[in-house]
Amino acid sequence: MNAQPKPALAPIAPVAPVAPPARRGTTRLKDMLPPATVLGPLVALLAAVIFFATQSERFLSGQNFSLILQQVMVVGVIAIGQTLIILTAGIDLSCGMVMALGSVVLTKFAVDYGMDPYAAVACGMAVCVLIGYVNGALVTSIKLPPFIVTLGTMNIAFAITQIYSQAQTVTGLPEAMTFFGNTFRVGETSITYGTVLMLGLYLLTWLFLRETAPGRHLYAVGNNPEAARLTGIATSRVLLGVYMVSGLFYGIAALLSVARMGVGDPQGGQTDNLDSITAVVLGGTSLFGGRGSIVGTFVGVLIVGVFRNGLTLMGVPSVYQILVTGILVILAVATDQLTHKKG
Amino acid sequence: MTAKHCFALALIASTAGLAAAAEPVVGLITKTETNPFFVKMKEGAQQAAKLQGAKLLTGAGKSDGDNAGQITAIENMMSAGARAILITPSDSKAIVPAIKRARDQGVMVVALDSPTDPATATDALFATDNFKAGLLIGQYAKAALAGKPAKIATIDLFPGHPVGIARHNGFLAGYGVAGVGAKTAGLARSAEVVCMADSYGDQGKGQTAMENCLQKNPDINIVYAINEPAAAGAYKALKAAGKEKGVLIVSVDGGCAGVRDVKSGVIAATAQQYPLKMASLAVEAGVTYAKTGKKASGYVDTGVTLITDRKMTGVDSRDTAFGLSACWGK
Repeated sequence: MNAQPKPALAPIAPVAPVAPPARRGTTRLKDMLPPATVLGPLVALLAAVIFFATQSERFLSGQNFSLILQQVMVVGVIAIGQTLIILTAGIDLSCGMVMALGSVVLTKFAVDYGMDPYAAVACGMAVCVLIGYVNGALVTSIKLPPFIVTLGTMNIAFAITQIYSQAQTVTGLPEAMTFFGNTFRVGETSITYGTVLMLGLYLLTWLFLRETAPGRHLYAVGNNPEAARLTGIATSRVLLGVYMVSGLFYGIAALLSVARMGVGDPQGGQTDNLDSITAVVLGGTSLFGGRGSIVGTFVGVLIVGVFRNGLTLMGVPSVYQILVTGILVILAVATDQLTHKKG
Repeated sequence: MTAKHCFALALIASTAGLAAAAEPVVGLITKTETNPFFVKMKEGAQQAAKLQGAKLLTGAGKSDGDNAGQITAIENMMSAGARAILITPSDSKAIVPAIKRARDQGVMVVALDSPTDPATATDALFATDNFKAGLLIGQYAKAALAGKPAKIATIDLFPGHPVGIARHNGFLAGYGVAGVGAKTAGLARSAEVVCMADSYGDQGKGQTAMENCLQKNPDINIVYAINEPAAAGAYKALKAAGKEKGVLIVSVDGGCAGVRDVKSGVIAATAQQYPLKMASLAVEAGVTYAKTGKKASGYVDTGVTLITDRKMTGVDSRDTAFGLSACWGK
């Protein structure tokens, strides 16, 4: 302790207050651009679009792009949930089966029990959220690896779907249920409401991850859960929330699937887990968590749809689509690893 | 004789009696538990086993392509004393060593629905002639088009699957494309086929495949679909493009839902196959082997029928009333 008297200090001239940080509505242009991880996939997508446009004059049209968006709608919405989970360094293998179960529940409840379509849809989504809760609870409370947990729930969801539906597609759906498959015209192009919903969900998720505290907590938990916990983030609640919200997205995807196909298909969704993970990886998100962007996932989803559509228009045998997808995934992960090391 | 002797004699006699009446054990291994096609097969097998007084064991892989699951089922059934095993092979090559082990132990092995590779790896094959199924619908399509130029889209299974190849090539051969036969390897192409896309036998993917094909060539007037779910998906795509009236869809399978689609006009004609017949004939053969040691051999064609309500001259067919009485699934 200082025994000397404090020296008298000359009064400090008042200084102009420092300008407050830019308000949310006025973020700089640099912040609006997608992060570096997305640039690679974006370039790949643009290159693919340009290439296919040269190969077939039917490729570059509003109608064709609207079609591609419809085709990637279901996996696209599933991939939103998958992105959130992968950002927390988790993974969800059950997503496709949960979606299928949701679609069977929402259709059978309406057709078999005459339930009001909106109520039936709510039940279908509730089932998906419930499985999300189970996944999250097992991951947070018993600390089981997400890979193992969702491997188990994937099989359970599949079995329940088959048993409940007797492996039969559900037909004779009420009109209201397939609303998102209906279209409206913009000039020459017809766009489905489901596509608009998908784009809206991506926008919402983008805003959530960028602008809200819980969104940033997701990244923190994925980056370093222990550090996140020490800064006061309730990591268990974040994880549980993520799995439940993803379940909700799978439920929405179930509704979109029903709207697109006009039936409840118990055999649907079987490859959607790997397809959604492919989209997330192609979009530059790291499987190790903490890094990535939902914009990247959207680009990844589009890449798969564009290649499938473009190669079919070119008449290339479908086996090459599979080959190309595999090569792209390796390139995406390798690029991510190399750029991460440099950064 | 003492009571003990009497008791011992009675016990031996009854055991001998039981042994003589022991029912033959036959095993059925399908690709999956849940596909309605295999559910019907199991039903047919159970009915036949009951009639013949045989005990039926059943097993399956977890999914289409699960070879390891089928190997495990073979081994378990051998331990349980099966004298004959009937199997729909998920992987026609990879299952062969396990089948050989079973046959070396004196078990008769019969392939159902699709052959092993080589086909001689099993004692016999009870199956639909998938090439013929395609042939029938190809002939029907040709007759229905009545000389108009064809623009064909084929909605196939996935690369490399023998059933997918057989049906596709059969369709083209039936349509009249030269140079395509039952032995043609790989999916055949021709000038009339303007688009080939994969559905994986799935309705959703079938819809995507048809949408992309329509984008490529909006004038498609014939669609061949590998099965009825794929056909339903193709119809949805055509309907969304406003083209469902002018396009003919043909498929294979003859499931009850598919025959209903033929009745409602979604599918023009479908080739119906008979999983129940496959299984019951095979179970009978298995019981015959267990009782007499006589093995089944060769290929038994379990039949395929063209189902349509719009009959074409020159092509044999039955109507949907028959189709619904003979269909599988619900």
